Amino acid sequence: MNRIASQIGYPLIGTVFLIALWAFMCVYGNIPTVVLPTPDKVLHAFIARFDLILSEGWVTLKETLYGFILALVIGIPMAVAVANSRALNLMFYPLLIGLQSVPKVALAPIILVWLGTGMESKLAIVWLVAFFPIIVDTVAGLRSTPRELLELARSLRATPMQVFLKVQLPAALPFVFTGAKVAITLAVIGAVIGEFVGSSEGLGFLLLSATSQLDSPLAFAALFALSFLGMFVYLLVELAERLAAPWLPPAPQRH
Amino acid sequence: MHKRPLRLVRKPGAVGAPQRKSKIRARAAGDRTLQVFPLMAFGTIRNVRKVFSAGELTSRSAEPVVALDDANFDFDEGQLIALLGPSGCGKTTLLRIVAGLIQKTSGSVMIGGREVTEPLGDYGFVFQQPSLMPWRSVIDNVLFPMEILKHSDRAARERATHLLKLVGLSDFLQARPHQLSGGMQQRVALCRALIHEPKLLLMDEPFGALDELTRLEMNDLLLRIRKETGATVLFVTHSISEAIYLADKVIVFSRRPARVATEIPVSLPYPRNQQIRFTPAFTQAERQASVALGVVPATETAA
Repeated sequence: MNRIASQIGYPLIGTVFLIALWAFMCVYGNIPTVVLPTPDKVLHAFIARFDLILSEGWVTLKETLYGFILALVIGIPMAVAVANSRALNLMFYPLLIGLQSVPKVALAPIILVWLGTGMESKLAIVWLVAFFPIIVDTVAGLRSTPRELLELARSLRATPMQVFLKVQLPAALPFVFTGAKVAITLAVIGAVIGEFVGSSEGLGFLLLSATSQLDSPLAFAALFALSFLGMFVYLLVELAERLAAPWLPPAPQRH
Repeated sequence: MHKRPLRLVRKPGAVGAPQRKSKIRARAAGDRTLQVFPLMAFGTIRNVRKVFSAGELTSRSAEPVVALDDANFDFDEGQLIALLGPSGCGKTTLLRIVAGLIQKTSGSVMIGGREVTEPLGDYGFVFQQPSLMPWRSVIDNVLFPMEILKHSDRAARERATHLLKLVGLSDFLQARPHQLSGGMQQRVALCRALIHEPKLLLMDEPFGALDELTRLEMNDLLLRIRKETGATVLFVTHSISEAIYLADKVIVFSRRPARVATEIPVSLPYPRNQQIRFTPAFTQAERQASVALGVVPATETAA
C-alpha cells in the first residue's frame, strides 16, 4: 500500500512542481501568451476545443497504430527469414543495419511526393521508422535461443516448424516486445512528421496550424494531447506484452 | 519400428520349426534386423575420434582440434556408466556424438543395435544447466518432449505428474521455473528427460552447478529414479566421488586429446546410501580413479 502510494505520489509531486514553476515563470517573467501561455490557458484551450483535439487525435492514433501494425506484420516474418537463412542473412542484414542509419525524417518529403498527402504517406513514414527496431530486435531474439533448448528439440527429432513455434519464437518474444516498445514511440514521431510535411488533419497538422495563427494555447493543448497519445499507445504495447508473455518479471525488476 | 527386430530375436518361439517364417519376417522388418546380434552389448563405443576442423570452432584458432581420440567401451542395458575426466577432455563431445547431435570423425557408436549418425529421438538429455523454458509451467516443461513426439495425451500428463511426485515436486506442477531453486529446476529437467521413457539417459555434468549438499541429495534421487525406471544412463562428471557413488562402471578419460585411460568396475551393491562413501571398497575405487587421472602417482598404490 505504502509502495503504491509512493509510486503515484512522487511523480504527482514532480508534475505539480513543474506546472507551478511554469505558471510562476509566465506570471512573474511577463512572458507573452504567444511565446508561452499559462497552464490555465492551455487547460482552457484543451477543454474548449476538446472535440477538435479528439477528432484530430483520432486521425493521428489511426496513423500510428496502422503503421505500427504494418511494421509488425512485415518486420517479424522478415526477421524470421533473415534469422533462419544464412544466405538471406548475408544478403540483407548488413543492408538493413546500413539503412537504419539513414535519417528517415529526410525521406518524408520524397514519400509525400510518391504517395500524396493522404493516409498512405503517413503509414509509409510510420512503417519506415517503426520497422527497424522491430526487425533488428526480433532477429537478435531469434538468434539468442539457448543452445541447450535447440539441442533438446533436435535430440527429439523435432521438425523445423516445431523448433520455431515451440522454442525459437517464445524464446524471442521478450526481444520482440523490446523492439515493439521502441517502435511504438517512434511511430508517434513518424505520424507527426508525416503530418508536418503535408497533411490536412491530425494532431501534427493542428499544432502547425495553431502556431501559424499564433494560437499558442491550442498548440500547447495539441502538444499535450500528443504526449497523452504516445503514453497511451506505449501502454497498449506493454499490456500486450503482459498478456502474451506473462512469464516475464514486471518491467521495473528488469532494469 | 526399431523395437520390432529386438523382440523378434528375443522371442523363444523364433527358434526351431517356425524359424524360416521368422527369417522372412525379419527380412520384412528391414535390413536393420540383420545388424541385431543378441549377445552384443547394448551400447558399444569403438575407436571413436572427433576432430573439430577450424571452421567448426567459434574461436579463431586455425588449427583443427582433436577433441576425442580413440574412445572405446561397452555398456549393458540398465547400467549406469560414469564418464569421468578433467574439464575439456572431450567427454561431453562423446556424449553429444552418442546423442547424434554432432558427427564423429571416425569410429562406431552402436546403441541397441543401431549405428548412431543422427538423433534417434528416444534419448533423454540432461544438461549442466536446467535449461527449462521460462514461458512454460513446470508440468508443461516436463511434457515438452511428448508434444514434440505428438504423444501429449492424458496418459503423458499422468506420467509427468507421477515423475514430478517421485522427485518431490508435487506441489509445484503449475509453478514457473524462475520460482524454483537451482536443485528443483534440475529435478524438473530430469523429469523432462524421462517423460518419453527413453532407452538411454544422457547426463552432461547435470549436478555440477549445484552446491555439495544438494548434489548428494540429487545423487540419491537419481539412483532411486533409475531403479524405478530401469533406464540406462551415461553420466558425465568431473567429480571422482560422484562417479563412484553412482556408477556400475566408471570410464576414466585422460587429458585432451581424450582417450579411455581405464575402466573401473564398481562392485558396491545397490541400493547405495551415503554410508558407503566411508567403506574401504569405495576408497579403493576412488584411489584407482585418482591414479588413472594422474592425481595420485601410481607407485603409492603398490601396497
